[in-house]
Amino acid sequence: MFEAPLLAAAGLIIIGLFAVLFKTNLIKIAIGVTLIESGVNLFLITTGYRKGAVAPIYTLAPEGQQMVLPTPQALTLTAIVIGFATTALLLSLAVALYKHHGTLDARKIRRLRG
Amino acid sequence: MGNSVRWLVFLFAATFLLAGLLSIHPVGEPINTAMDDYFLAWGQAETGANNIVTSVVFDYRAFDTLGEATVLFTAVSGIVALFRGVKTR
Amino acid sequence: MKPMSKIVTTVTDVIIWFILTFGIYIVLHGHLTPGGGFQGGAVLASAVALFVVAYGKDRARAYLSKNFYSVVECLGLVLFTIVGFAGMKATFLYNLLAGTGGLFGNVVTQGVNPGDLNTAGIIPILNVGIGLEVVGGLSLIVISMLWGLWDVFGVHEERGGIDV
Repeated sequence: MFEAPLLAAAGLIIIGLFAVLFKTNLIKIAIGVTLIESGVNLFLITTGYRKGAVAPIYTLAPEGQQMVLPTPQALTLTAIVIGFATTALLLSLAVALYKHHGTLDARKIRRLRG
Repeated sequence: MGNSVRWLVFLFAATFLLAGLLSIHPVGEPINTAMDDYFLAWGQAETGANNIVTSVVFDYRAFDTLGEATVLFTAVSGIVALFRGVKTR
Repeated sequence: MKPMSKIVTTVTDVIIWFILTFGIYIVLHGHLTPGGGFQGGAVLASAVALFVVAYGKDRARAYLSKNFYSVVECLGLVLFTIVGFAGMKATFLYNLLAGTGGLFGNVVTQGVNPGDLNTAGIIPILNVGIGLEVVGGLSLIVISMLWGLWDVFGVHEERGGIDV
């Protein structure tokens, strides 16, 4: 019932959720979003595991063994690339906000200036 | 947004997350594997690639890869546009 | 930003070619070994980042330009779309070169085998397209963020980093 990969994924998501909700520094919020994405990718790969199986590649594979499911690995590849692009954009926006307002505190960046 | 609302949302999300993750199938015996068994049995003959993950990403689901390439392109063009208007270039 | 010490620049001179070769190997053998377009593109972009870190501001600004990597990125995406339209008789992105005997067209022996590079239809061409796009994209991100930070905040006199 208490499997190790699922507990690790849940722990990562809970820590990331805490950082997004309770911290006010923009860089710490970006770190929280990255932690949530890592937890979700780990969970995706765990759903496709078969006990005692090898990687789904036929080049010089060991004979007569089952193979792991290939579809969750394909989806996780896409998710990692999209998560990286989102994090890069988030950090660039943080740099632009610091240049404009002079602070990185999310409570002080409230007014829309013309 | 007060502090108590944030605690409520955090506890709600954490409880549902743990309850959901502990009630799926046990790790190691996947259910509903008909599509993946077809990919593992026929992927080498139909696409000619030894790597089944690459044949899923680039042949059976190549349209999703095109969408992902577009997302990467859009994010990069947004970053280049953000750092554009500085004098000493 | 001053260049790093003599040891670092000498090792970078030697090792950057090995990194480039390894990245191109990962991209081209995507249908035989673990890897493919995305992973090989990330390895190639790390060579660009190593060059910027080891050689400092002046040399990096003289050698790397944004227009080159922009052209490389757009070329990759356009190659992907054109190869997709080539098999339009059946459907978009149809694998029309697999098993026919022409370019990339050998037939694969079933089961476990040592890999043959000449197989798998349009998959190596799509891998090359995605690899070019990822190299262009990641290098553009590193270059524009670094140039932008140096221009906005100025360079610290002694340490050589950003003067925040």
